[in-house]
Amino acid sequence: MSKTTSIIEAKDVDVFYGEKQALNGISLDIPENKVTSLIGPSGCGKSTFLRCINRMNDLVDICRVSGDIRISGQDIYAPEVDVVALRANVGMVFQKPNPFPKSIFENVAYGPKIHGLTANKAEMEELVEWSLRKAGLWNEVKDRLNETGTGLSGGQQQRLCIARAIAVKPRVILMDEPCSALDPIATAIIEELIDELRENFSIVIVTHSMQQAARVSQRTAFFHMGNLVESGNTKNIFTSPKDERTQNYITGRIG
Amino acid sequence: MPENTSIQVRDFEITTGNRSKSFENIVVALMIACSAVAIVVTIGIIFSLLFESINFFKKVPMSEFLFGTTWSPQTALRADQVGASGRFGAVPLISGTLLISFIAMCVATPLGLFSAIYLSEYAGNKTRSIVKPLLEILAGIPTVVYGFFAALTVAPLLRAGGEGIGLNVSSESALAAGVVMGIMIIPLISSLSDDVINAVPQSLRDASLGLGSTDSETIRRVILPAAIPGIAGSLLLAASRAIGETMIVVMAAGLAANLTANPLEAVTTITAQIVALLTGDQEFDSAKTLSAFALGLLLFAVTLILNMISLKIVNKYREQYD
Amino acid sequence: MTNMFTTPSRLRKARAAAERRFRWFGLIAIGISLTFLFVMVGSIILKGRGALSTSGIAIVVDLNPDNVDPNDVKGTRFDSLMKKSLRNTFPDVKSRKDKKKLYGLLSVDMGFELRDQILENPAILGGPQKLWFTASDDIDLLLKGAVDMSLAEDNRRISDMEAGWIDTLTAAGDTRRKFNAKFFTNGDSREPELAGILSALMGSILTLLVCFLVSFPTAILAAIYLEEFAPKNRLSAFIEVNINNLAAVPSIVFGLLGLAMLLNVFGLPRSTPLVGGLVLSLMTLPTIIIAARASLRAVPPSIREAALGMGASPVQATFHHVTPLALPGILTGTIVGMAQALGETAPLLMIGMVAFIADVPSSIVEPAAALPVQIFLWADASERAFVEKTSAAIIVLLVFLVLMNLLAIFLRKKFEKRF
Repeated sequence: MSKTTSIIEAKDVDVFYGEKQALNGISLDIPENKVTSLIGPSGCGKSTFLRCINRMNDLVDICRVSGDIRISGQDIYAPEVDVVALRANVGMVFQKPNPFPKSIFENVAYGPKIHGLTANKAEMEELVEWSLRKAGLWNEVKDRLNETGTGLSGGQQQRLCIARAIAVKPRVILMDEPCSALDPIATAIIEELIDELRENFSIVIVTHSMQQAARVSQRTAFFHMGNLVESGNTKNIFTSPKDERTQNYITGRIG
Repeated sequence: MPENTSIQVRDFEITTGNRSKSFENIVVALMIACSAVAIVVTIGIIFSLLFESINFFKKVPMSEFLFGTTWSPQTALRADQVGASGRFGAVPLISGTLLISFIAMCVATPLGLFSAIYLSEYAGNKTRSIVKPLLEILAGIPTVVYGFFAALTVAPLLRAGGEGIGLNVSSESALAAGVVMGIMIIPLISSLSDDVINAVPQSLRDASLGLGSTDSETIRRVILPAAIPGIAGSLLLAASRAIGETMIVVMAAGLAANLTANPLEAVTTITAQIVALLTGDQEFDSAKTLSAFALGLLLFAVTLILNMISLKIVNKYREQYD
Repeated sequence: MTNMFTTPSRLRKARAAAERRFRWFGLIAIGISLTFLFVMVGSIILKGRGALSTSGIAIVVDLNPDNVDPNDVKGTRFDSLMKKSLRNTFPDVKSRKDKKKLYGLLSVDMGFELRDQILENPAILGGPQKLWFTASDDIDLLLKGAVDMSLAEDNRRISDMEAGWIDTLTAAGDTRRKFNAKFFTNGDSREPELAGILSALMGSILTLLVCFLVSFPTAILAAIYLEEFAPKNRLSAFIEVNINNLAAVPSIVFGLLGLAMLLNVFGLPRSTPLVGGLVLSLMTLPTIIIAARASLRAVPPSIREAALGMGASPVQATFHHVTPLALPGILTGTIVGMAQALGETAPLLMIGMVAFIADVPSSIVEPAAALPVQIFLWADASERAFVEKTSAAIIVLLVFLVLMNLLAIFLRKKFEKRF
């Protein structure tokens, strides 16, 4: 097992929705340039935790987050943090593919444009091509960059969303069940892609499918009823879980 | 070559974004200002009506305005003329307004309700898609057109009809204005009631039909009782609309301030008097002109109260089934 | 043994009858409403049709140099020349009273019409020419067959003598009916045969323009704020209540506000499209805000999430992604609001847009009429010929309303749900 540095360090994270506590003191380190999967039954808090990492929870009025989350050593809940700038560094891919109803090119170019990452049109074109190639979509769409992104198939749409996310070159990419709306073939392509992306990005993926977690991730964290039950090397979690609840879940007894 | 574009590791810089925050703050401030226009307008209405009304009540006691039964706002040119002061008893106007609105509601309530029931419970999709827009055309026709039709076609027709059976119908009868106004508010009642009836959960219908009730029994015993609050709200809204309607009464009801409950006679309304008082040349501080604002205030207060009650009822009803 | 699946027949009949009755009530209610709609619109179209044509009478006018000096055409006394020509056409007419009736065959504009024809085509100068002139309103009605000649002579506006003249002219082929272009190119006039809707139409267009320019941006920003940004606090709730109430305030109250505030406090110019447009914009504001909020709400939250997840600020997410998607719906609501404003009359009466305006307004600070106000004024006019003008003006108004609503429906259909 190689030595890795952590990019995200969460300590004692509590999340409340109004009166209801959704997460209880989660402490979890997420390694750099690896894929970490968050698994657990529905409502266990894995998506909530994911959304704490780029502060999407801020959008929910009644949501309250306490504890400490650091990315590259910076406290992302510190008052001087600009949420918008944070999200430029922590990209997100959602459950349902949600390309903007604009052209494929504009979808990818939007992030770099608002963050001012390119100096001219040529650079932008280069960046869009790079992102689409990275997302494995370039060959399929290079002749129709001006067509609308919503016209693509589900799997292509999701890869477009991934291209859109990596175009701003974030440190971390969060993926919230990115394959749950896709068929098995599209899923396989995305999983392969995730494996390749690990080279450049640290990826956190929430998934319902344990096979997927086993296939794509190097680290796994198991959530249950708002608690982090255990985390560690994916292989270890799946072959020799320490906690009974993890055991039950991966063998299909709960969930 | 794009393939060579490397990942330049940017600084993990999360305290400043690449956007003009002051610009965004201005945009948000502008949006708040635009939203506040609604409040400003309301305050403007209340303030201007109140201010002029207070001036009016300095000249004419409020008790005369609210309880006086004679309305003759003509102010004389010379102070020594007979009736120089004018009489400002609003009771005939209020009664006239209520009479016409009552006639309008009598016409619109059954027609609007039955249309809504038929459209939501009996009509097929095709009929619905044709009839509903047609009914809504009634709401889209400007009221000046209704006024013209009422004065030129309906009133003479009623007069001739009245003569035929030996009744003396005034050529500017409350009936003509009321009936036409009733037709105008049918779509208001039918579309609001339609929404309300559609909001009644399907499960209630199924329960009733499952017990062997016929469609009409289901409607009468189950759906209408469940929808009654919402329907009452829509009727109040329609009544407020009728009370505030101006052009139909200006053109078809005339200006005779008779205190009567006979729909065949001519009556006048608050709105018709406001128009009569304020069109043409005016001295702004005469009691005659100012009285229009007192009438306006009365109208605003009454319609506001009706609207508030109706909104409350409808919102409560919505929550119940949401 | 009775079958347990049937109700006793007597009861069943009563229930079936009740069912039928109920159905019929609904059908009858719809029938009455729609009948009224068709009768009203139909009768107005029938009445207004007449205004689309106008009657002309051909008169021989001697344009010799004695009557019209070719070097000084404008110095001609056209009215006298026209009267002379009419006298020449019917040389039997002697008494002063009859002569006056004779002159009344043609519109009071006959002198100007002659001048315009000469200026347009100076080649007609030199000798007698048969020229066409607009008939007066009563003669126009007679030629359209709208005068009941079976009534006693005292009870109609056309005397037997006048009718005789027209018969003579018609027999000689000297009367005609043609499309009434004047109705669309003239401003208002005291003379029905000359009255047109152009001034009112321009007034309405300018008023709507002001209304749109004020209400559209204001409403859209207010709607965006309330839907996307407003915190759930008392102020937001208060704004909402205000908007809902304003939507139901009688239109005449907005007129009173305009009169007291815009005219008397701010001293804006009376009777102008500027003030009219401002008053109407306050009225349409709630309509557009409510429609805009509904279409903003219809934009799926995933679009907002996508933009925010990219690191777009809420303002960027809203203006780059959410608003463009809601725009068709917002526009539809705006057009519906504008259509309402176009038909609105009462508030305009309050701010003095009810004056007699014959000139076509060219700016928003000139006094102007508006189409619905013109209808109101003509409906009040005593000349019978104004009835058909009123109806025709209503038709024009309705055509505009139909066009606007069709545009709204088209927008709705075209952009309906793409996400």
